[in-house]
Amino acid sequence: MAIDDLTVGYVAHLARIELQPKELERLSRQLQGILDFIDKLKCADIRGVNPTSHVLAVHNIFRDDTAGLSLPAEDVLENAPQRQGDFYAVPKVIE
Amino acid sequence: MELYTLTAHELLEKIHKKEISPADVVRSLQDRIREVDPKVKAYVRADKLSCRDSIVCYPCKDEQNPQGFLKGLPISLKDNICTKGINTECCSRILEGFQPPYDATVVKKLKAAGGAIFSLKTNMDEFAFGSSCENSAFGPTRNPWDIERVPGGSSGGSAAAVAAGTAVWALGSDTGGSIRQPASFCAVVGLKPTYGRVSRNGLIAFASSLDQIGPFTKDVTDSALLMKAIAGHDPSDSTSLDAPVPDYTAALTGDIKGLKIGVPKEYFSQGLDAEVKVIIDAAVDKLRGLGAVLAEVSLPHTEYAVPVYYIVATAEASSNLARFDGVQYGLRSSQGGNLIDMYKRTRGEGFGQEAKRRILLGTFVLSHGYYDAYYLRAQKVRTLIKNDFDQVFKQFDCLVTPVSPTPAFKLGEKIEDPLKMYLSDICTISANLAGVPAISLPCGFTKAGLPVGLQIMARPFGEETIFRVAHTYEQNTDWHKRKPKL
Repeated sequence: MAIDDLTVGYVAHLARIELQPKELERLSRQLQGILDFIDKLKCADIRGVNPTSHVLAVHNIFRDDTAGLSLPAEDVLENAPQRQGDFYAVPKVIE
Repeated sequence: MELYTLTAHELLEKIHKKEISPADVVRSLQDRIREVDPKVKAYVRADKLSCRDSIVCYPCKDEQNPQGFLKGLPISLKDNICTKGINTECCSRILEGFQPPYDATVVKKLKAAGGAIFSLKTNMDEFAFGSSCENSAFGPTRNPWDIERVPGGSSGGSAAAVAAGTAVWALGSDTGGSIRQPASFCAVVGLKPTYGRVSRNGLIAFASSLDQIGPFTKDVTDSALLMKAIAGHDPSDSTSLDAPVPDYTAALTGDIKGLKIGVPKEYFSQGLDAEVKVIIDAAVDKLRGLGAVLAEVSLPHTEYAVPVYYIVATAEASSNLARFDGVQYGLRSSQGGNLIDMYKRTRGEGFGQEAKRRILLGTFVLSHGYYDAYYLRAQKVRTLIKNDFDQVFKQFDCLVTPVSPTPAFKLGEKIEDPLKMYLSDICTISANLAGVPAISLPCGFTKAGLPVGLQIMARPFGEETIFRVAHTYEQNTDWHKRKPKL
């Protein structure tokens, strides 16, 4: 399939990545090449084949529903680019 | 004999006999790093640590009398394996300065077994996206065998460090060949274990249905030893399997008489370098000479492995990397704006080109209207690839193939052509898609002196078979004894 700058721009919005105009142009071209290659999969006969959900015969894994130890908040928040007390601080969400 | 040239099992024996202490090994490594790492650049952030500080976390207070079977030997880790309080940045700008609040399960296990953790981390392609180590935010690592060439990727730093003698051994991660391909380019032993054999808790996720942590070592015995330390079930990783961990060293019997080994014809088709083919053919003959029974087999869906991989892996990556948004850790853009602007600018500034390419591709194949045509179809073809392996493993104990269609390529040779780069994983990707274990071990050198690796794959949890074959081959050849001149 053909992918244009508009589609790549929309996908970049979905992925929350700001692209410079030059990047957008280059990435569109490269993604087109990769998608053309991937199109090879159309030749595979997948009638009646189930999609892989796990490569080994493993199903749901359960554990006891008991509380474990959590990491200390101070250790975790140490890495925050910006914090207020025990919270992550972000730009205003509601105007 | 310089200590940095010895294997881990040789060093362990010397420590056991009290001929040397782990501190002697550390000193030897530090000198070697000072001598050759400025050329090879296997380690990142090396300038930020004084040499004495470059080893931390001795398993016990008494350095002269270490506990546990790893006896205080230092282990080098890829920059995507979390180490408490020690920078772990996936060689990405977006994780700049990140110091994990906890140790990955493999790190806890290594410490429990008496291993010391090297605080210098090894270089990698950003978020393990790449096959050459050129996508690192810290710049590329060089191949110790020819510094004009790449060490392979994504775990290029771990492979180059073991080859250059700046690590006794190391851990890397393998999503589509990221342990085996660099191991083959650098003439070291690299194992991707069965999916679920080693806990991924604390491995910064790339593609969760494919990722596995595994060892880089100087020989097969070391690989078996290191696997003994890191394998096993972990309640913190629901994909890790609750199967007993065998004593892998017991599998090193040196006998492969009567073992049935398949040679998949699809791995020898077009694109395989002529010199590599001659070397692999000779390795196959060698195994036959050692008593194994070899026969050609077919894995008919092999041609779909690369396209399936670049859908499944990028889809999972786009989801896993959503967490890097400037809120919890790493970089936050200083350009301001509202919350959405902040996300977009942080990710635009923090991710490199290959990360952006993969996130966009993954987002696209999962997006409305394209999911069935790409992602769902890929997961169905993945089942066909997995079925191919199930079929051949009914009759054969293992498979042998090349690891990479070519020896190490030159820096810059493929970086502008992503598709060409992706195709360098053509022999390694299937093992990840099918979840089977696979090793790369040195099996020869080209006329130009570049290493070539032999891949051995086995059925799930067949690591012992792999070790048995690899060790027998190694005992009857001396490729693993060659060292690069640096």
